Amino acid sequence: MSFPWAKNYEPKQPLMKWLDEKLPLPRLVYNAIGAGYPVPRNLNYFWNFGVLAGAALVIQIVTGIVLAMHYAANAGVAFNSVEHIMRDVNAGWFIRYAHMNGASMFFIVVYLHIFRGLYYGSYKAPREMVWLLGVVIFLLMMATAFMGYVLPWGQMSFWGAQVITGFFSAIPVVGDPIRVWLLGGFAPDNAALNRFFSLHYLLPFVIAGVIILHIWALHIPGSNNPTGIEVKDEQDTVPFHPYYTAKDGVGVGVFLLLFVALTFFSPNLLGHADNYIAANPLSTPAHIVPEWYFWPFYAILRAFTFNFLWIDAKLWGVIAMFAAIALLFFLPWLDSSPVKSSNYRPLNRIFFWVLVVDVLILGYCGKSPAEQPYVLLSQLGAIYYFAHFLIILPIVSRIERPLPMPNSITEAVLSKHADDTSAATA
Amino acid sequence: MTSETDISARIEDGVRRRDFINIAAVSFAGVGAAAVVLPLVNQMNPSADVLAQSTTEIDISAIQSGQAIKTSWRKQPVFVRNLTPVEIAEAKKVPLSDLRDPQTIDERTKPGKENWLITLGVCTHLGCVPLGAAEGENRGDFGGYFCPCHGSHYDTAARIRKGPAPKNLVVPPYEFNSDTVVTIG
Repeated sequence: MSFPWAKNYEPKQPLMKWLDEKLPLPRLVYNAIGAGYPVPRNLNYFWNFGVLAGAALVIQIVTGIVLAMHYAANAGVAFNSVEHIMRDVNAGWFIRYAHMNGASMFFIVVYLHIFRGLYYGSYKAPREMVWLLGVVIFLLMMATAFMGYVLPWGQMSFWGAQVITGFFSAIPVVGDPIRVWLLGGFAPDNAALNRFFSLHYLLPFVIAGVIILHIWALHIPGSNNPTGIEVKDEQDTVPFHPYYTAKDGVGVGVFLLLFVALTFFSPNLLGHADNYIAANPLSTPAHIVPEWYFWPFYAILRAFTFNFLWIDAKLWGVIAMFAAIALLFFLPWLDSSPVKSSNYRPLNRIFFWVLVVDVLILGYCGKSPAEQPYVLLSQLGAIYYFAHFLIILPIVSRIERPLPMPNSITEAVLSKHADDTSAATA
Repeated sequence: MTSETDISARIEDGVRRRDFINIAAVSFAGVGAAAVVLPLVNQMNPSADVLAQSTTEIDISAIQSGQAIKTSWRKQPVFVRNLTPVEIAEAKKVPLSDLRDPQTIDERTKPGKENWLITLGVCTHLGCVPLGAAEGENRGDFGGYFCPCHGSHYDTAARIRKGPAPKNLVVPPYEFNSDTVVTIG
């Protein structure tokens, strides 16, 4: 683990020496996120988002534990207990709005974190395991967010639970029994609400565990960087602390500013008004929409409106939606180019941006009602999404001629610096 | 003496008493662990009180021709619809080959009571409640029910005609106790 020139932990105070012999926890921290972890010297602000995702998880766990002290997971009183938090509990409105918007902020930074990994090829060897664990975290986050959204037991909560557990009934033969087993009933009710609460409380800690594995796997090869060139010697790196603790500190400051701005000035911007109506099993809202972070996947689900190859439309939609995420597990092997950073991949860079636009279009379709032109648009968007990973990327990575690359991170940094100074003097 | 040769023969085979004990102990623990999983999985199934709500009686005397009501059975919505002769004729007119889930209206109603269409109000796509039971709601392109979530259209026999749903609205098990009272379940 780590590079041979990594600084060694040397406690000076007698107490710290004593502790280091008994339980070397400070040593672990020093080597993981302290001066003992050498990091490429050229990381840009896109490398902030891992730390920001960690910060978001901490905010969710802290606010969530507090909310659980006032919330009641019973279909009869859940909705009212959330209103009790909003109106009666001291600062309850703030804690709940922070938790609600904290989930959105968590997804924003994680999507940017994934964006960074895709653009700079961070998923490639030797970091495949880091990527795979990241996809696992993403899946766990989606499960946690879905179950959390059910807890207030409003109309969107209830019908979201109905629709999402309905995915499982698409499975032939065993689908309906599986759905009944998951819900503990024939429709979402008390049993489902209780188990969702239990799992919603559990999963964030599972996520924290997988994050530890994610960081552990990262620290074996060390961080990627904007050039995608691996570290060659000591002059390519700086110690994590103080260099990147400081840089991440700036990012955390900006993140918190945006977070409180959203929480205080527009707390319901990303929510749905229907969720302030108590759940009614006899009436579906006119337009069921999931939370924004599920929109692209929801559009893929709804893109199948016709039966095809003996499989009905419903099952195709569910398969496509799960496949859209499962595909990410194969990404390190679908892209065979040895060049990581898209800065040096002119062709891949174009298709990367097309994919970004495609996902944004899918997101817009997922938000819109199931009518034309959105159905056609999501069908085209879904086709492109799969084509990008399964056809375009494997071909591009074989035929593309990369741009000339510098020999090392240091060379890249110094030549850029030289360009800047010559431009300044000119 | 024989036992000693047995043992030495077995040692030459590479099989030891300890191997047997290892396999036996681990298998026993494995069976025990699997046995513990059973109740942990089974507790997720519907509990006795949920299953106990399995029959519902409905008075249908007040439903005029062309009207429908929404009620609930096992916490799921149920539509009871009094079809007009025109609606029945429309449903009979459709050739079975046009249907995604071919069923005649006679298969979906009780003999002699074919104006009473009783179905679950649960879209077979992803479980939303379709519109069309209450007065003035959108009944879709085929005059039956319309699911707003993902745009499934059902006809006057609540059969799927258009959109992503794979099946017709489910007809629950029910019986007429009299001309005006139905028991579902």
